[in-house]
Amino acid sequence: MKFTLSWLKRHLDTAATVAEIAERLTMLGLEVESVDDPAARLSGFIVGHVLEADRHPNADRLRLCKVATGQATLQVVCGAPNARAGLKVVLAQPGVVIPATGEALKKGNVRGVESQGMMCSWRELKLGEDHEGIIELPVDTPVGAPLTSVIHLDPVFDVSITPNRADCLGVRGIARDLAASGLGSLKPLAVEPVKGAFASPIDVSLRLSPETAAACPMFAGRSFRGLRNGESPQWLKDCLTAIGLRPISALVDITNYMTIDLDRPLHVFDAAKLSGNLHARLAHPGERLAALNGKTYLLDDTMTVIADDAGPQGLAGVIGGEATGVSADTTEVFLEVALFDPMRTAATGRKLAIESDARYRFERGLDPAFVVPAMELATRMILELCGGEASQPVIAGALPAERPAITFRPRRVAQLGGIEVPAADMRRILEGLGCTVGGGDESFAVVPPSWRADITAEHDLVEEVIRVHGYDAIPTLSMPRPAVARPVLTAQQRRAGWVRRALAARGVVETVTWSFLPSAMAGLFGGGKPELNLANPISSDLDAMRPSLLPNLLAAAGRNADRGVKDVALFEQGPQFHGERPGEQHAMAAGLRAGRTAPRHWSQPTRAVDPFDAKADALAAIAAAGGPAEGLQVVAEAPSWYHPGRSGSLRLGPKTVAWFGEIHPRIAAAFDLKGPAVGFEVFLDAVPLPKAKATKARPLLKVSPFQPIDRDFAFVVDRSVAADAVVRAAKAADKALISDVSVFDLYEGPHVGEGKKSLAIQVTLQPVEKTLTDAEIEAVAAKVVDAVGRATGGVLRG
Amino acid sequence: MTKQKVMMIDLDQVRAEALDSIAAAGDLEGLEQLRVALLGKKGSVTAMMKSLGEMSAEERRTAGQRLNTVKEAVAQALDSRKAALDAAALDQRLARERVDVTLPVRPDGQGRIHPISQTIDEVVAIFGQMGFAVAEGPDIEDDFHNFTALNFPPEHPARLMHDTFFLPEKEDGSRYLLRTHTSPVQVRTMLRQPPPIRVIIPGRTYRCDSDMTHTPMFHQVEGLVIDKATNMGHLKGCLIEFVKTYFEVDDVPVRFRPSFFPFTEPSAEVDIGCSRAGGELKIGAGADWLEILGCGMVHPNVLKNCGIDPDEYQGFAFGMGIERIAMLKYGIPDLRTFFDSDLRWLKHYGFLPLDVPTLTGGLTR
Repeated sequence: MKFTLSWLKRHLDTAATVAEIAERLTMLGLEVESVDDPAARLSGFIVGHVLEADRHPNADRLRLCKVATGQATLQVVCGAPNARAGLKVVLAQPGVVIPATGEALKKGNVRGVESQGMMCSWRELKLGEDHEGIIELPVDTPVGAPLTSVIHLDPVFDVSITPNRADCLGVRGIARDLAASGLGSLKPLAVEPVKGAFASPIDVSLRLSPETAAACPMFAGRSFRGLRNGESPQWLKDCLTAIGLRPISALVDITNYMTIDLDRPLHVFDAAKLSGNLHARLAHPGERLAALNGKTYLLDDTMTVIADDAGPQGLAGVIGGEATGVSADTTEVFLEVALFDPMRTAATGRKLAIESDARYRFERGLDPAFVVPAMELATRMILELCGGEASQPVIAGALPAERPAITFRPRRVAQLGGIEVPAADMRRILEGLGCTVGGGDESFAVVPPSWRADITAEHDLVEEVIRVHGYDAIPTLSMPRPAVARPVLTAQQRRAGWVRRALAARGVVETVTWSFLPSAMAGLFGGGKPELNLANPISSDLDAMRPSLLPNLLAAAGRNADRGVKDVALFEQGPQFHGERPGEQHAMAAGLRAGRTAPRHWSQPTRAVDPFDAKADALAAIAAAGGPAEGLQVVAEAPSWYHPGRSGSLRLGPKTVAWFGEIHPRIAAAFDLKGPAVGFEVFLDAVPLPKAKATKARPLLKVSPFQPIDRDFAFVVDRSVAADAVVRAAKAADKALISDVSVFDLYEGPHVGEGKKSLAIQVTLQPVEKTLTDAEIEAVAAKVVDAVGRATGGVLRG
Repeated sequence: MTKQKVMMIDLDQVRAEALDSIAAAGDLEGLEQLRVALLGKKGSVTAMMKSLGEMSAEERRTAGQRLNTVKEAVAQALDSRKAALDAAALDQRLARERVDVTLPVRPDGQGRIHPISQTIDEVVAIFGQMGFAVAEGPDIEDDFHNFTALNFPPEHPARLMHDTFFLPEKEDGSRYLLRTHTSPVQVRTMLRQPPPIRVIIPGRTYRCDSDMTHTPMFHQVEGLVIDKATNMGHLKGCLIEFVKTYFEVDDVPVRFRPSFFPFTEPSAEVDIGCSRAGGELKIGAGADWLEILGCGMVHPNVLKNCGIDPDEYQGFAFGMGIERIAMLKYGIPDLRTFFDSDLRWLKHYGFLPLDVPTLTGGLTR
């Protein structure tokens, strides 16, 4: 919403400065986006007098002018068609910054002749769009005077209006808020009905059913004859130009002015082009309207139109029709002032993609009581600027019912706002906003003004009082809280943080990727349900909710490889989606390693990532989440996006806690990954939460005074035997004495035979009662050999 | 040789010869041979010690004393020569074992925490100290939780195709959507637990928007306080404390200006002071204001929609963009880079895993 200072002052009596007004507007919730003060950028320009304007010796279309500055006479080359002797012009001398270019003017040489200055157009000064020629100032303008002293230059405010403040889409509404806050006083708006000189030859009616009556509750108008649709007076043109509107003709300018000034869009038809009377109705499906913007629209029966006997002549609240628009020749008009349903107007505008100042206001809601007053004000303006005479008004529909009073308890202001405002001040604020305030100091009876549809209940009035009184005045209070802060995170929240930092500590870099992915990829990762495809994706790359975090990490690895970073270790914590209903998502920690595990180094060879890197990450994540590392079963099964022979699941009973392994080569290829890639996916919610304990004390540490003994065994087993089975069997051989079993060698090859492998394990015996004798150690060793043999068919390697 | 000669002549000579040969021993092996030759079971000094037995008590006393002196001198010479040879051998070994210590160490994979996670941790640390718990909710939502319960009018543009992501329409005409803000978790929290409520809600949010300053997914943190006494003064105090603590600037000016949101009334936007002198943004006292969050007193309609009596309970809510406050604090210029997984970016702007933000230790290293 743009307006100038002088426009504001047509409604507001104030001595406040531009800065004070801007500050107050913002603190009233009418946020000032910018204040543009043209005087500041035009301080260097002066009035020049063209003494001579001769043809340029070397160019037919240029003029060589002698321009008086009051102190000197300059030679200026000018290309404007209207440059001629006797003109009073706006002159820039070298060094002055030209607003349109942002550059300082330099002495120039144009076709061999020196030019010592520049005569400017409106556009060059950024004061308008006119660039037909140079500005012609009035002939009596004093030569040498600063431009800012001889033309009307108005600071322009640009204010952003929140959707609840439809009333501030008019300058008067803004002035009213400022006045209510004490920054001046609102000037009265006198509405004196114009007595009609004749009966309107055009009548108005509402052709709506009771169900659709809300589409147009009121339609008023009147006819004019004998008028002349010439140019608007300078003050009106100045107002419109300053806020970026182009003056067109008096009638069009009047409707624009009423829109901005009083937030009251209205429409003027060329009465000579109308057939019969006007009525408001819903459009018939298939009807068309050629609109004032030069486009033709196909209408349907959700849209309100103003129609005559020939068909729709305007799209209610949105745009007028071209066929009945006014022109310079227009002498008879019909003025339409109506109310339209905001929602219907918004829907129509959206459907047809028409943005207009009228739509913007109608869809936010107009003052329903202002139809007839607006008609009278517009009538006076038309008669004043265009002459002619007005008919008696015609009105269809009715004024809205009087608004009921709202009970307002002033104490609610202190309760909600935390600020004491004297009752008298509250009364003054509410009355300043246009409310009628009755009742006593304990309880007001407040009737809000017709232009404030947003005020419907007590809390709205509380807000108004606090807002106008000022948020700055509210004393700040500390949140009451315990003297020593208590933990606030849940067990799940705490461990999510531990998992994150544990993975990062392992050298994996955390990233955050989209919750969506290309639907084609979703299918490769167990997703692809149509219910989880977005109805309105931003692009086809982001059109499905992700069923897994891995595809986005794979894509990220590919992007990094393209940038020359081939060794990648990335993880993400976030949701993946298995159903479309709220809550059908899993909290995941997933990671991807690709390329080599470390950069090349002089001390050791590098190696490519392998499934055990991913398994280690998964185990670390589960351990950080407090999972029971001991109770996890490792099963050589994983979903299809993993390499079938190099992947596995980590399970707790029937629950899958994690998958890990090498990414299936076909999937890796789909992401253009050259080398191997391994990944893991941990279902964080599948890791059981530790039981709450009554005490934080650790179990007592028991250490044996006797040295542990290590014994090594090498078993030859079938290739298909899981190492885990050998380890478990060995451990179970003597639970009292065997404290640990680890695998330290794996061999497959000619020495053990086809289809076999050799697994070397180290068994640690921890005596607890006494040092073991050789015979006792041998006995345990025999039990290990026996147990492994029975469980896996393994025999000691000869 | 007479006993007298042994006593008088041989001893000095033996001592001198022994010491000479010890001094000449070039390595530990030769020295050991010498030790055996002198002091071993069959060594020359040992032999002389044995000859003492043949002497009279008188002679033995004198000769014994002298012989002991020689033996001690020889033993001492052997020890010190051994120490010297040991030291020389060690020196040699050390010289051999020399490495080029300027060689680089073995690389340690160094992970990072994403700035979004770190910022959320910081925000949680600050509000946690003020007694706010952390609530979470689903990314896919329904119209009720995302809009209706939050007092959005039916024709609100956000409900239409404008900036909400929708899932496909169901048979009954309804459709799920991706939450456009974290506020539906306010609703879920109020429906789940009775007041008093004091929670913050960090999480992913989605809008159908993508350009220089918008991404289709971003993060917000929302706050909600519901009790019988919390008023706008608390709202101001709470957020001013947050801003000062988060930005680690004690004198940052904070401005509350009226605004509009469907779910709060009165509503405010919060600006903080900053300076843009020299093209560099600095949070704190300065000529400019920077908008950082929206807030307000919870609208009575929202309370009613969540089964809470607005005549008895009241409170405030606020919301801000995680990426935005991270960009402002850490000078990250481009929003879109947060989601690009560029390892160079992650290593540069990310945080070390041990940098856990706390109020006692300081939020930021």
